[in-house]
Amino acid sequence: MTDILAVTDHRRGELRDVSYEIITAGRQLANETGGDLHLAVISGTVDEFAEKLNREGVDAIHTVDYGEEFNHDVYAQAITQLYDELAPQYVLAPNSVNGLDYAPAVATQLDLPIVTDTIALETDGETLIATREMYGGKVETTNELEGGAVATIRSAEWPQAEGTGDAAIEAFDADIDEDAIGSTVNGFEEVGGGDVDITEADVLVSVGRGIEEEDNLPLIEELADALGATVSSSRPIVDNGWLPKNRQVGQSGKVVTPDVYIAIGISGAVQHVAGMKGSDTIVAINTDPNAPIMDIADYAIVDDLFDVVPALTEAFQ
Amino acid sequence: MKILVTVKEVATVEDEFEIEGTGIADQYLGADLNEWDDYAIEEAVQLQEAGVADEVVTVTIGPEECEQTIRQALAKGADRAVRIWDDSLEDVDLLDVGAKTEILSAVVEEEDPDLVLTGVQAGDDSFGATGVSVAENLGYQWGAVVNHLEHGFDDDAASVRRELEGGVEELTEIELPAVLTIQTGINEPRYASLRGIRQAQRKELDVKALADLGIDESAVDSQLELTDMYEPESESDVTTWEGSPEEAAGELAELLRDKGVAQ
Repeated sequence: MTDILAVTDHRRGELRDVSYEIITAGRQLANETGGDLHLAVISGTVDEFAEKLNREGVDAIHTVDYGEEFNHDVYAQAITQLYDELAPQYVLAPNSVNGLDYAPAVATQLDLPIVTDTIALETDGETLIATREMYGGKVETTNELEGGAVATIRSAEWPQAEGTGDAAIEAFDADIDEDAIGSTVNGFEEVGGGDVDITEADVLVSVGRGIEEEDNLPLIEELADALGATVSSSRPIVDNGWLPKNRQVGQSGKVVTPDVYIAIGISGAVQHVAGMKGSDTIVAINTDPNAPIMDIADYAIVDDLFDVVPALTEAFQ
Repeated sequence: MKILVTVKEVATVEDEFEIEGTGIADQYLGADLNEWDDYAIEEAVQLQEAGVADEVVTVTIGPEECEQTIRQALAKGADRAVRIWDDSLEDVDLLDVGAKTEILSAVVEEEDPDLVLTGVQAGDDSFGATGVSVAENLGYQWGAVVNHLEHGFDDDAASVRRELEGGVEELTEIELPAVLTIQTGINEPRYASLRGIRQAQRKELDVKALADLGIDESAVDSQLELTDMYEPESESDVTTWEGSPEEAAGELAELLRDKGVAQ
């Protein structure tokens, strides 16, 4: 029997989608050997969260009522204490910014190996087989870990658990050592309000690393003008300071769902795709026919953007 | 204040490549300074230029060939470098988080810095876990995915912003000593100047084996075994327009007009 402890994620009073996905991942592992799935929900309105998380396949939900928002020291202490109490084979955490802020510490404290950003998991009770990507998604690998382990799961790789469960909801009285809390969260800030809301645009002309230089950006702006579209971008363009943060599409930027999304010189890293895959029609202009963006594009031009974009602009002028 | 920056030389892969066993065939591999570490180096050098840091030291796990990458960090302004290598690391396919934690922890203990900066992740194996793991192992505080760091360090604390998902940042105070994992975009990494490159040749680059750090060889055995590597299956059903750029652009223009764009 392989018991699983899966840790849920929430922010500012809302459970995040990955909390329902981790139920599916955890249930699947528990099913493979007939074990139990335990959920941990830590900080915030835990009772309200627990009710929402009580979906099909959950055996027990452990609530830790301590503090309002995420603090990695509180999470690490609560999870290691739950681990000692429940003795699960595997601890699952989201591969979110917060997951990466406590899961490695939990693994180190418990002297367990950690495998991050997994996209598939399988176990026979002894060995965990974890599938993950390397080299920016160019290859997938399988990795084996013996005995117990901590694994973080990539968001949107497992479907969200549905239905209503009959889990036992239990308050877990974690003994939080306040002296060991070395960081304080003082608040949150939304970034990049600014002039334009790319989430409202019907047509987005989105530019990535392929544009090479800031001096080439007017090429994209001219196309956007001709189409009556809004300019957005992938992360490197914002990192370089060529466009403001409010134009960034992706996991750490905005999630957009326009009628038409034209991805120009964007390879399609998973973090970018997370922000635009809901677009109605996706067009990719890229020299690399194997770029990941081609997997989700509806239409593509495999050619040099510096030839294609001016031709397209001209067609509309 | 003393700052230690972890610097990794990562493997890069060409667009077209072949896999041999559980690795990519050598002829398709290149090497580069890890993108995230470049931002970590820049942040440390800026703290030095602001008079906050007295010394910036880099640490790298890697063979002699990666010294060119280490010299890049020195040319950008780091004061000296430590490189860890050992015959026992020669045949390791993939050094996991636990093994890296053992090695880097020993160096942090020896150097005793106030602040350790690492990249959020490495562009090749992408674990994104080593910085936090090292912090926990040594009893340092930490912050993951930092995209802004105040240079004041009032009350011996780092005031940072952590980049959460969905365009939200978390404002956090972290007591020192601490490990911060640095996100891209926190600054603008500089290019090494010619003068910097010349100076880097004369800076100290200390090479240590595991025994020099008091680490037993068995401590770096990976608990994670890489068993297979393959190209992901494409699920693409994309319509690709052929022909000259003008012809393809014409097809796209027609589609866009059908969809009511620019009308």
